[in-house]
Amino acid sequence: MFQVHVRTRINGDDTEFSCEADETLLDALRDRLGLTGAKEGCGTGDCGACSVLVDGRLVCACLMLGAEAEGCDIETVEGMADGSKLHPLQQKFLDHAALQCGVCTPGFLVAAKSLLERNDNPTEEEVRYWLAGNLCRCTGYDKIVRAVLDTAADMRKASKPKPAKAKKASAKGRVSA
Amino acid sequence: MNVQPDNKAMKRDFDIVGKRTPRPDGIDKVTGRARFGADMSMPGMLWGLVLRSPHAHAKIKRIDTSKAEKLNGVHAIVTSKDFGPCDDSLLDIRENVMAREKALYDGHAVAAVAAVSRSVARQALKLIKVDYQVLPHVTDVDEAMKPDAPVINDKLFTKGLDKTPKKPSNIAERFEFGHGEVEKGFKEADLVIERTFRTEATHQGYIEPHACVASMGADGRGEMWVCTQGHFMVRNTCAGLLGIDVSNLRVTASEIGGGFGGKTTVFIEPVALALSLKANRPVKMVMSREEVLRASGPTSSSSIDVKIGMKKDGTITAGDATLRYQGGAFPGSAVPYGAMACFAPYDLKNVRAIGWDVIANRPKQAAYRAPGAPMGAYAIESVIDELCRELKLDPIDVRLKNASSDGSKASYGPNFGVIGLKATLEAAKNHPHWKAKLGKNQGRGVACGFWFNFGGETSVSLNVNVDGTVGLSVGTPDIGGSRASIGNMAAEELGIPHDKVRCIIADTASLGYNDVTDGSRVTFASGMAAIQAARDAIGKLCERAAKIWGIPVDAVVWEKGHARPASPNAGKHEPLSLADIAAQAGATGGPIAGHCEINAEGAGVSFATHMVDSEVDPETGHVKILRYTVFQDAGKAVHPSYVEGQFQGGAVQGIGWALNEEYIYSKDGRLQNPGFLDYRIPVCSDLPMIDTVIVEVPNPGHPYGVRGVGETSIVPPLAAISNSVSDAAKVRMTRLPMSPPNVLKALGRI
Repeated sequence: MFQVHVRTRINGDDTEFSCEADETLLDALRDRLGLTGAKEGCGTGDCGACSVLVDGRLVCACLMLGAEAEGCDIETVEGMADGSKLHPLQQKFLDHAALQCGVCTPGFLVAAKSLLERNDNPTEEEVRYWLAGNLCRCTGYDKIVRAVLDTAADMRKASKPKPAKAKKASAKGRVSA
Repeated sequence: MNVQPDNKAMKRDFDIVGKRTPRPDGIDKVTGRARFGADMSMPGMLWGLVLRSPHAHAKIKRIDTSKAEKLNGVHAIVTSKDFGPCDDSLLDIRENVMAREKALYDGHAVAAVAAVSRSVARQALKLIKVDYQVLPHVTDVDEAMKPDAPVINDKLFTKGLDKTPKKPSNIAERFEFGHGEVEKGFKEADLVIERTFRTEATHQGYIEPHACVASMGADGRGEMWVCTQGHFMVRNTCAGLLGIDVSNLRVTASEIGGGFGGKTTVFIEPVALALSLKANRPVKMVMSREEVLRASGPTSSSSIDVKIGMKKDGTITAGDATLRYQGGAFPGSAVPYGAMACFAPYDLKNVRAIGWDVIANRPKQAAYRAPGAPMGAYAIESVIDELCRELKLDPIDVRLKNASSDGSKASYGPNFGVIGLKATLEAAKNHPHWKAKLGKNQGRGVACGFWFNFGGETSVSLNVNVDGTVGLSVGTPDIGGSRASIGNMAAEELGIPHDKVRCIIADTASLGYNDVTDGSRVTFASGMAAIQAARDAIGKLCERAAKIWGIPVDAVVWEKGHARPASPNAGKHEPLSLADIAAQAGATGGPIAGHCEINAEGAGVSFATHMVDSEVDPETGHVKILRYTVFQDAGKAVHPSYVEGQFQGGAVQGIGWALNEEYIYSKDGRLQNPGFLDYRIPVCSDLPMIDTVIVEVPNPGHPYGVRGVGETSIVPPLAAISNSVSDAAKVRMTRLPMSPPNVLKALGRI
């Protein structure tokens, strides 16, 4: 089948891949590039397990074509930790036992990171509404919400400068999701 | 908050058990490294897809695969012809994984292809032509029981009746449990209430769809990678369906993205293996969400009559229930469990529960967390609530008055051992939630629930490594943190730090048979086996110490991770740590390991009480959960964070079942909502925090007092929420889900 050649940057690495014209970004990430951290829970944008950041925007990778990633800067769960140093959200998810089976966890982490980049002092309600597009069937969300609120509190305490609203894109790419 | 009733049986001080240790698989799961079912690929792998029936009930006259076979890139096509003779016990599974003469439900598999890519496989499916003769169908449980209902299986004659009927029907079996005389009991009552309830089918809703990779070589030896609750079950079932020696099939369990009972059987796994056998290449299959909802194993829908009599002082004089569950196109719904569990919280003189197992043109139901129990509890606990309301009695006091306790004769037959129901009710009564004020259109409900819990066949190996670390192999897939709890129990027993024990889920070639992860059995049974394996290893460590010291083994004791002389008479010897002895293993007799193979007995039943506040919007019929508290007996909470997680997760699945979730079939028998947009499970913004109270009444059948905790938490919510909504809406709710249209109907607004 006809394939499209795509040039992207993924988790900071310039990355090229070929994919079928109707193939989703999620399938390209998982099956072409071996980045299986993003999961397919529904394929219809309803569960958020495939959440990735595309040019700083939170996107369901199952709702975007691989071909549309041309020129985009993509962040996945695999890029969250700095080497062996976990992102604060990753550490807090462990501290709060905010995962059971763990299959929704990558999507929640990417979505929560996106929230905290925009708002470092969210209310519980803001966390709950921001994460309403990510389904978890194991935890009842309680410990997830606590982990995100606790991360935000720690990040504020560390009084680091606020993260930029969105990372600068390496090139302009259209996000269709 | 922990409540630990004074119980002399629980004397043991723990160093590790009861601590919130870091999760051993945690870093893999927060970094994306954990490998789930769909994350595995093999060299030369093909993609498999299934063609499914669009009809609820149809005769399959002909399947023409010739065009699909000619498509470039297609390597194998299978139909029911590729599944030959098998043991009688597997016949229903064989027919469910691939339809034979008839398609029995919308989504029933009729053929499958393996091709070089998913897009080629999709094209191939379109080229397969199936001639169907559409037959009349039935999806509703009460309709399916009518004498004039379309008969789905003309070889099905109702079992469990005094006389086997001469005509086939959709009624597979009748069950009855109870004791005493219910009619006599009703005469003693001051008030008798009789109600009929309905619940809709729901789905476990695990976020990870079923996925597997199967590889069958020309040498007749196969390997499978499967997301499953039981890889030994997958091995035995697939081997049985395809005529392979069990030893020739090696199955590895992937990380599992939720199961809740829905991954305790097979769907695509034997199909992938059949395709691989035919193509002589590895085949990967992954269900779509639509396939999961249409063609895996949801719950039964149910219709239940309940009649309960009560005296003015709150004494229940009699309880009678008739439960009708449709379990999809094959016999085997969970109705017997529902009938056994529904009255179990109460010590009743006169009680009867009748269950009817009914088939319908729907996917074959699978287990879902305390299978069958939530619906029965919903009906019984609703009527008890209404009796309390009418007689102006406190619903917790009435439950305490009638509650089953140690030695009570259970409604389903046996006498209970040591149980914690009253402790959960006392905890509920003393909790600030019970006294908190409610506002306008708000209500509060309570309900109790019961689950049996289970032991089962279990095999564990524990290897002492040269550096003093320990490898622990268990055969029960870890669905919510059991590697931590089992590893911690082994570490506790050995007396070494928890992070010196690495617990893994071994493949089917590496351990004896293990039953599936179900029945809330894993922390109980694999934990018990790990403790026994550790004790086996300790015996051998003591033997080695005795050898090193030149004293008899009965003069050596094991304390806090060290072999020590049992008394001064044994001579003066510096204690030897596990690591000291491990380092000399080669010189003292070779590797040191502990093993345990058991059919675990002594599972302790578990009870819970749930309390929930809700608010009903009278204009829209929308129900908001305001506050929720779970009180459940864990026996011993090995890892309290994961116990809380089980309580919270079960409660929230119950909230979904009570308020939103339902299988909606159209008149033509097709599922109308096979996606997460329309089959709406609770999302984060729907919910409050879920408070938990861990009650610990130790189970005498486990060395550390453990009871299973996974399932009981979904038994009370349907009733507790219905009682809360009934309180808020001032009208008795008798139908689930309490979605806005159903609430408005109950309010008489539409």
